[in-house]
Amino acid sequence: MSRYLRVVLAIYRKDAQLEARTRETFTAMAVFAIAVALIFNFAFQVNPRNVALVGPGIAWAAFTFTGVIGINRAFIFEKDRGTLEGLLLAPAGREAVYGGKLLGTLTLMLIVEALMVPVFLVFYDIALLSWWFVGTAVLATVGFAAVGTVFAAIAVHTRAREVLLPLLFLPIVMPVVVAAVSSTASALAGEGWSGVARWFSLMVAFDVVFLVVSSLAFEFVVEE
Amino acid sequence: MPATKAAGPGGWRLAVLAVAGAMMLVNLWLIFAYVPTEVSMGVVQRIFYFHVPTVEIGFVAFFVVFVASIWYLVSRKPSADRLAQAAAEIGTMFLTVAIIMGAIWAKKAWGTWWIWDNKLTTTFVLWLIYAGYLMVRAYAPTRAQAARWGAIIGIISFLDVPIVYAASSILHPAETLTTEGGLEPAMRLAHWFSFFAFGVLFVYMTMLRSGQHHDEERIDELRRTTIE
Repeated sequence: MSRYLRVVLAIYRKDAQLEARTRETFTAMAVFAIAVALIFNFAFQVNPRNVALVGPGIAWAAFTFTGVIGINRAFIFEKDRGTLEGLLLAPAGREAVYGGKLLGTLTLMLIVEALMVPVFLVFYDIALLSWWFVGTAVLATVGFAAVGTVFAAIAVHTRAREVLLPLLFLPIVMPVVVAAVSSTASALAGEGWSGVARWFSLMVAFDVVFLVVSSLAFEFVVEE
Repeated sequence: MPATKAAGPGGWRLAVLAVAGAMMLVNLWLIFAYVPTEVSMGVVQRIFYFHVPTVEIGFVAFFVVFVASIWYLVSRKPSADRLAQAAAEIGTMFLTVAIIMGAIWAKKAWGTWWIWDNKLTTTFVLWLIYAGYLMVRAYAPTRAQAARWGAIIGIISFLDVPIVYAASSILHPAETLTTEGGLEPAMRLAHWFSFFAFGVLFVYMTMLRSGQHHDEERIDELRRTTIE
C-alpha cells in the first residue's frame, strides 16, 4: 500500500512539476473554457432573466469540454517521448500509474473550474460559489477523471487520438453532467441538501464504480 | 480437412437462418393479421411489435458484449473477442432500426419525433457509446489492441447503462407507454413471438458476422505468411 502511494505521488509530482514549468495544458484549458463561455453567451443570449436557467448548463458544458482537453494531454507527453514504458516499469502495479495520472488530471481540472467561478461572476453575474457547488465540482470531476484517464490511455495509442477521446468520453459521462448541472442549479436556488441529495448519491455511485473498474481495466490498456 | 471444418459452423448457420426465416414469416402474419388493432392508437400501434423487440434485442446484444468482453480478458480466446465485436455491430444495427421505428411511431402518436424521457435517452446514449466502441476498434493499430480496448469499453459501457437510466429517470420520469398489466393475451403473444423471432435473427447475424471476422483473421494471417 505504501509503495503504491509512493509511486502515485512520484508520478503526480513529476507531472505537476512539468506542468508548473511549461503551463501548456493549463493555459490551453483556461483559454478554452473562457472561449466556450463566450460562445455560449451568444448562443443563448444570456441575460439576467435567463441566467439562472442556462448558467449551470453553460458552466458544466465549459468544464466538460475543457476536461476533454486536459484528459487528452495526460498521456501525450509520455507517448511522444516514449516514457510510458518507463512509467510502467515502476515498482508497483499499473494501477499506481493510473492513480498518478488521474490525480494530475483531477488537479488541473479543479484549478480551471475554480478559475472559472470569478469569470462567470464577471461575465454572467452568476455567483456559483457555495459549499454545495464545491461538493458538486469535486464529485463530478473525480468521475470525469476516473473514466477519462482510461480512455485517454486508449485513445493516445490510436491513429485518431484527439478525436477518439471525446467520442468515448462524452456519452459515458452523460449522467455526471446531468447530475452536476442539476445540483449546481439547486445550489444556486439555495435548496440545500434536499435539492442535491439524489444527484450527489448518483455521482458517488458513478465515482466508486468507475474508480474501481477503471483502475482494474488500466492494466489491460497498457499491457504488452 | 479445412473443408469439413468450414462446413460445421456453416451448416449450423444455415439451420439458424431457416428457423429465423420461418419464424419471421409467422411473425408477419401474427402482427398484420392475427393481433387485433389497438383501440386508442389504431393501426399505427402495430409497429410496436417490431419496435419493442428490436430495442430489447439491442439491449440483450450489449449484455452479450459485456459477457464476451469479460470472457475475452480472462481467457484471451479470439473467439470471445469475435463474439463481442459481432454482437456490438449487430446490436448497434438493431438499436438504429429500433430508434428510427420509435421516432416514426412517436411522430404519429405524440406529434413529435423525439422526447427526452428516460427510456429514449438511455437508448440514445447507449447507441452513441457503442458507436464509439466500434470506432475505437476501427482505429486500433493491431487486432490484439482492438480486442483488449474493445473489451474494456464493452465492460465500462455496460456498467454505465443503469447509471444513465437512473440519471434520466430523476430528470424525466417515464412518459413512454408501459405495456405491463393491461396487455391483451393476443398482443402479449405477438410481442413475445416477435421477440424470439428477432432473437433468432440476431443469433444468425451475429454468427455470420463473427464468421466473417474469423475469415478476415485467416486472410490476414495468410497474407503475412506469404509475404514473409
